[in-house]
Amino acid sequence: MGMTMTQKILAAHAGLDKVEAGQLIEADLDLVLGNDITSPVAIKEMEKMNTEGVFDKDKIALVPDHFVPNKDIKSAEHCKCVREFARKNEITNYFEVGQMGIEHALLPEKGLTVAGDVIIGADSHTCTYGALGAFSTGVGSTDMAAGMATGKAWFKVPSAIRFNLVGKPDKWVSGKDVILHIIGMIGVDGALYKSMEFTGSGIANLTMDDRFTIANMAIEAGGKNGIFPVDELAIAYMKEHSTREYKIYEADEDAVYDEEYTIDLSTLRPTVAFPHLPENTKTIDEIKEDIPIDQVVIGSCTNGRLDDLRIAAKVLAGRHVAEGMRCIVIPATQAIYLQAMEEGLLKTFIEAGAIVSTPTCGPCLGGYMGILAEGERCVSTTNRNFVGRMGHVDSEIYLASPAVAAASAVTGKISCPCQLD
Amino acid sequence: MKAAKGLVFKYGDNVDTDVIIPARYLNSSDPAELAAHCMEDIDKEFITKVHKGDIIVATKNFGCGSSREHAPIAIKAAGVSCVIAETFARIFYRNAINIGLPIVECPEAAKAIEAGDEVEVNFDTGVITDLTKNTTYQGQAFPEFMQKIIAAEGLVNYINQK
Repeated sequence: MGMTMTQKILAAHAGLDKVEAGQLIEADLDLVLGNDITSPVAIKEMEKMNTEGVFDKDKIALVPDHFVPNKDIKSAEHCKCVREFARKNEITNYFEVGQMGIEHALLPEKGLTVAGDVIIGADSHTCTYGALGAFSTGVGSTDMAAGMATGKAWFKVPSAIRFNLVGKPDKWVSGKDVILHIIGMIGVDGALYKSMEFTGSGIANLTMDDRFTIANMAIEAGGKNGIFPVDELAIAYMKEHSTREYKIYEADEDAVYDEEYTIDLSTLRPTVAFPHLPENTKTIDEIKEDIPIDQVVIGSCTNGRLDDLRIAAKVLAGRHVAEGMRCIVIPATQAIYLQAMEEGLLKTFIEAGAIVSTPTCGPCLGGYMGILAEGERCVSTTNRNFVGRMGHVDSEIYLASPAVAAASAVTGKISCPCQLD
Repeated sequence: MKAAKGLVFKYGDNVDTDVIIPARYLNSSDPAELAAHCMEDIDKEFITKVHKGDIIVATKNFGCGSSREHAPIAIKAAGVSCVIAETFARIFYRNAINIGLPIVECPEAAKAIEAGDEVEVNFDTGVITDLTKNTTYQGQAFPEFMQKIIAAEGLVNYINQK
């Protein structure tokens, strides 16, 4: 019986020739990640350990991004705690305001994540780096502390679901629509404890930013990780961004999967997840009634990358957001922000009546920079639409692609760009 | 390991970490402060009604969403002695063990036990007893190393003791 791509990476990092689903292993870590919410708890836990500092100052990444720039005094204290820990332990990859970005957009861009890595992060969307062919998964603060101290973590080897992607997505259909379609199909616990392994000829028709978005939301189906094979596009991305050596692992021909699905990307339509679960999906054609909205958010670790901003700008160019609409655009990193400026995208947003924020997770988790009042509705390119996620418990979040979000900002109701002309 | 015994608070599927502890309170990591807002967005009365030893019972995918360890910390600091569910989201499962909050997967118990029932959980055997209904269920017993982590009040103490 062969191994899946995930199982091969885990076996190699545990020093084993073979692993199987359900086996408990201890694996070496290539990177341990934390942010301003989770790191202070990890730092406190680490201080309680009988340890002499971190295992490797180059293999820890600390990215204050959730409530940064500091939204209040308590957040400032958290960031100070992380900053002081980074200084004391001479952490190479600490990213201060000015260098920082939303962690899961920032780390691949900085070349810190490559194919074949085993990465844990005290943030559930750490699964994003599977787009590059790495095993990466979210953990809590105590696991982060143990990882920082020892460079190791224990895992239960996951079984896998295979998603065979074929065909080419239509105009206005992006990675977000692919993953929302999948979550709608299998449910928010459809991949619980499992790997989501993406394969097939259709992957060639997905940009790296599409793949980051898809891997990013594996957790929203309960997945332990999401992972893509390493093709020429992924190699070109890593060569452009990283000096680290990458290693390509491929699933065995006779690898065993719990379930297999084939998805023809050419049949997918722009998809929206209705409140209050990412599995409550409807295609744009299934939405018959007008759903008026108050706010649009375009950003986050899911959809704050350059492709996302380019698509949103394409929709907003020469148009204006609806009267009373608040449209908030958040480039995910400083580099994306700068590039968006050079390409004139920011001008397009501002002329269309949107605002552009510095990189932050901000509204995605109801932190700040776009909190909803009672009864308000938001179309958001973020990843969760749970009760109260972006503000008041009686507000509503509709998850969608940047294209749908931008079109909805223009019309003031949930819309597809195809409906604008 | 000591058994858990208390009255039940019952919830449904997909109780996410955002409702267990909303992000607006994550500018603190103090357990008592987090406990004061535990379950606030799904059950405003929880924190005024919960007593030390009480038990949370829920159905599928308890603790889904964010990796915030603040969620099991808040539940534990509120006095809850055990969470029983059909299934748990995997990050929450790890976090609960790591901070020493006992959790048990048992679909039959999770479905049958009702709010207000008095329930006892024996962690050595995995047996769950609904004292109100006089019924028992076989939950998953903890492997020995997990029992030790919980008994040590978390992974860090456990590592230090080794």
